[in-house]
Amino acid sequence: MGRYVIRRLLQMIPVFIGSTLLIFLMVYALGDPVAALFGDRAPDPATAAQIRADLYLDQPLWKQYLHYMAQIFQGNFGTAFNGQPVTELMGAAFPVTLRLTLVAVVIEMVAGIVLGVFSGLRRGRTVDTTVLIFTLVVVSIPTFVSGYVLQYLFGVKWNWVKPAVSSEAPLGELLLPGLVLALVSLAYVTRLTRTSIAENARADYVRTAVAKGLPRRRVVTRHLLRNSLIPVVTFIGTDIGALMGGAIVTERIFNIHGVGFQLYQGILRQNSPTVVGFVTILVLVFLVANLLVDLLYAVLDPRIRYA
Amino acid sequence: MPDPYAPKEAITHGDGGPAALAIGEAESLERAPGAGPGGAPTGKPRSLWSDAWHDLRRNPVFLLSALIILFLLVIAVWPQLIADGNPYRADLAKAQAGPEPGHPFGYDTQGRDVYTRVVYGARASITVGICATAGAALLGGLLGGFAGFFGGWWDTLLSRIADIFFGIPVILGGLVFLSVVTSSTVWPVVGFIVLLGWPQIARIARGAVVTAKQNDYVQAARALGAGNARTLLRHIAPNAVAPVIVVATIALGTYISLEATLSFLGAGLKPPTVSWGIDISAASTSIRNAPHMLLWPAGALSITVLAFIMLGDAVRDALATASPKPSTASATASPPGRPSPSSANPAPASPSPPRR
Amino acid sequence: MRGAERAKWGVCAVSVVLAATACGGGVDTRGSGAAGIVSSSWGDPQNPLEPANTNEVQGGKVLEMIFRGLKRYNPRTGAAENVIADRIETTDSRHYTVTLKPGWTFSNGEKVTAKSFVDAWNYGALITNRQKNAPFFQYIEGFDAVHPENGRPKTKTLSGLKVASPTKFTVALNQKFSSWPDTLGYTAFMPLPQTFYSHHDAWVKKPVGNGPYAVESYTKGSVMKLRKWSGYPGPDKARNGGIDLQVYTDNNTAYTDLQAGNLDLVDDIPATQLKNVHADLGDRYINQPAGVIQTLTFPMYDKRWNGKNSEKLRRGISMAIDRASITKEIFRNTRTPATDWTSPVLGTKGGFQDGICGEACEFRPDRAKELVKEGGGLPGGRMTIAYNADTGSHKDWIDAICNSINNALDNDKACVGAPVGTFADFRNRISSEKMTGPFRAGWQMDYPLIQNFLQPMYYSKASSNDGKYSNPKFDKLVNEANAATDRKETISKFQDAERVLATDMPTIPLWYQNGNGGYSDRIAHVALNPFSVPVYNEITVH
Repeated sequence: MGRYVIRRLLQMIPVFIGSTLLIFLMVYALGDPVAALFGDRAPDPATAAQIRADLYLDQPLWKQYLHYMAQIFQGNFGTAFNGQPVTELMGAAFPVTLRLTLVAVVIEMVAGIVLGVFSGLRRGRTVDTTVLIFTLVVVSIPTFVSGYVLQYLFGVKWNWVKPAVSSEAPLGELLLPGLVLALVSLAYVTRLTRTSIAENARADYVRTAVAKGLPRRRVVTRHLLRNSLIPVVTFIGTDIGALMGGAIVTERIFNIHGVGFQLYQGILRQNSPTVVGFVTILVLVFLVANLLVDLLYAVLDPRIRYA
Repeated sequence: MPDPYAPKEAITHGDGGPAALAIGEAESLERAPGAGPGGAPTGKPRSLWSDAWHDLRRNPVFLLSALIILFLLVIAVWPQLIADGNPYRADLAKAQAGPEPGHPFGYDTQGRDVYTRVVYGARASITVGICATAGAALLGGLLGGFAGFFGGWWDTLLSRIADIFFGIPVILGGLVFLSVVTSSTVWPVVGFIVLLGWPQIARIARGAVVTAKQNDYVQAARALGAGNARTLLRHIAPNAVAPVIVVATIALGTYISLEATLSFLGAGLKPPTVSWGIDISAASTSIRNAPHMLLWPAGALSITVLAFIMLGDAVRDALATASPKPSTASATASPPGRPSPSSANPAPASPSPPRR
Repeated sequence: MRGAERAKWGVCAVSVVLAATACGGGVDTRGSGAAGIVSSSWGDPQNPLEPANTNEVQGGKVLEMIFRGLKRYNPRTGAAENVIADRIETTDSRHYTVTLKPGWTFSNGEKVTAKSFVDAWNYGALITNRQKNAPFFQYIEGFDAVHPENGRPKTKTLSGLKVASPTKFTVALNQKFSSWPDTLGYTAFMPLPQTFYSHHDAWVKKPVGNGPYAVESYTKGSVMKLRKWSGYPGPDKARNGGIDLQVYTDNNTAYTDLQAGNLDLVDDIPATQLKNVHADLGDRYINQPAGVIQTLTFPMYDKRWNGKNSEKLRRGISMAIDRASITKEIFRNTRTPATDWTSPVLGTKGGFQDGICGEACEFRPDRAKELVKEGGGLPGGRMTIAYNADTGSHKDWIDAICNSINNALDNDKACVGAPVGTFADFRNRISSEKMTGPFRAGWQMDYPLIQNFLQPMYYSKASSNDGKYSNPKFDKLVNEANAATDRKETISKFQDAERVLATDMPTIPLWYQNGNGGYSDRIAHVALNPFSVPVYNEITVH
């Protein structure tokens, strides 16, 4: 177990280097960021040259990358073009996104598993079909559509919630965005649970338990559910990584100043320190989440051991 | 239950430590790969595929979805069959006007006929869906399959490369692509989705191959001296292809709506291409004034996605009943409260997180 | 049926989640809770808020609140009026003497003196301070020495600036520029306190100025809280307790927040919502002219657009655009079809003249088709109109222009919009001369002078001459206009220069942009100045 974890942690190093390099290349491919700093007018060549020199942008790409990596290893993620250290941006953005992710995960877990259990137990009946259609519709609607529609209905038309999230982003205001963010995953969780439950419901140990005369409720919660949750937990674990970095559309619609917001701004302004810094952290989060899921898998299923 | 995220090393590096999976009592070697215990009649042995096909032909869900898809394909090739209008003709005086005779879906912001655009939009959207899925399935299936079969450093390398791709934000990739490629065809978008989508399929293919490799008949075939190529082609591929196909049909739906999201961020298909994604993103902010602008293309997209997912679902169900289940035997042995080990069909297990 | 019961329970679980969502809102009231404070939409400024480094509207909003300079443009008429300047005198349109009014201080107590201005301007011009507005100091003598094309600066101060006494300084220009004093209301010319230089990082985190407001707190990327400075010596004191500027990424969200009562003021209403503003806001909707003109610029460096007879082609395209319908249907009358290359906010006295563009700016589809044909047809039978897709919802109107051209030319695919992913990329393609067809251009005036609408964009090799247009006749008329000492003569020379544009059509004037905005029923006396920035200090709170 220990050796396995160490090996996985060591493997993160090349992944880290690979992803930073790739992202560096991508932001570089977008072109010279300095022109955009001058708004609608052409940049003054002398000033632009001075800014490029200050930002290390006049160096060849490989030198820029090495310079950047050297800074990162000193804990310096660079400075955004508006003069703010990227670490400061991260400090502000990550807690907000973490809260949003938490809300989304709770919603998708509770609602997804409940719906999945019902449709799995009633496979082929009306309940199942209804839930199936609901999940499919949800999967097929892009997030930005559900975001705008729910924001308008809940926030303006019925005035139940605030349509946008204030800068402090308290948990209460994140419920609607969390729901929007969770919708697609919710559908996945529902379908996963349903399949898993339906499959296990036919398994012999369930039949045995029922034959033994155990109450149905007990069979479902103690035997069936517990065994059926492994793929669901796996999915949710990996989803956390995707939720954190993938909330760009949701954060934009609800004006949440989280990771997605900063990334979007960084990309639009071709601000490589911001983009590379944030994505690097996201890749790390993703890798750690993956590792945790793999370890959790072993906890849930004792037959799996790591060498 | 084995899923694409199943701990890779745990299963692959079985040689490096104590056997990870406790497979129950060995099953008889005579069992053909296709003949499942729960599925087909045991009279004459049939292949996995003919079993599945036998089931599918009688499944109304399959028939319905196949019918819808056929219809959509026909429309995509010959839109003029059901729409004689011009999807480009714009009359600003009609901007966002509601339905009227001859224009059942009303007009969009530019005063173009929504019905005609929905019909003509099928081509680009379905091309993106099918081509991107085919590309991702081929690339991901091959890479994942090899990784699962050979294991070792090749496997580790692939898994870590997939990790890198999972970490890249969609819009960054999209914007880079859009700025580098100036073509206004669907191919840059297709290429981009393939690039994003292959790791997911690779994981599933890998998981399926790893599971199939553990099966007794494969072990037996190898013990009898079958070479790598033969084992892979004859024994593993038929079992591993099924989950890939299933996940691919589900992914197809999400790829079509991913195109819409890319358009929303200004990185999707470009005019003069007509696509549902372009129209949905244009309509998304006009929900209040012209809900019909959103309703129809989004509805068409939903029906298409629905049809492909239903198809995938039906195929999966058919394959699940037709596939061998080495698990069933051992399940009896495992005590209640302990999960049964792998069934041969990992498809329904974890799909990768959707891209937002 | 137990199944059915369970299903019901499941539905309830979902509605509990939704209900909990509902419970989350409606409790606190954001910034608007505090008495007398106005919350207003804002965009994250791109650059640090140094006056000589701020060249876009969002940063400009803040500077307009926390700074006052020698002159200020009247929020209604746009006329340049003395604020800190007592008088600015010259005899030859080249050497100026500036005398300051006494009694002005910064909000930290430091006196505003001649040195406050001279030091600030020297800082802004010096290349190593990489201030983006440095070119605004280019008319002052010695600019080349502090701002060389390349290499290190030879000296750190402009030789043309001399402090004569605490309330007087002199300026020597390197050429005659009769309307130069009227440019001094621009943010680049604001005075700066000594703490700007001595504690620069702290200053950027929390700027200190001399305007009616002082910065209370600034959380970058999120919110800036400005409060009334009670010691403000000027006549235009704040009539509210303060302004909270809230950052929004999507102007749709800001508008939705205004509707829901969480925001008091939005100064950028998304085009898609314009249809609803009267229903949503009633008379709390503002739509008034601003000094912004939108054009389509042709790449004059491309032979296909600048060959023999090409002016007919360009003119034909202009006449194929149905400006009236587009401004009505797409922009809901927040734009006015353009008939010249300036802006109505200049007023006829300031040089605006209706109809200089003439027939070329009218919608005549038949004539358009003929002209395009006479001009050799579209290059390759196709044209694209490039725009940036990331901000400003340009897609709708670009598509509408293309549709209008396609209808006129009777060809569905003659013109298509060509989105460019990011603004930076868009600008790079323009400055590296890679455009292959017309592209969108928007010009927001820096100061309300006709010179500012013509010289920077059409003078040979001028800083914003994106299409690389060049005509010696135009250049000569501009030079004469700048040298003229009589205001009337200056303007008529500039108008003559504009007539040269009407013949050459290097850009197609599309429409004059209005400033528009909306506000909540908590506040009153809301107006936008000619730069489409709200006049914050005049807003009152009920």
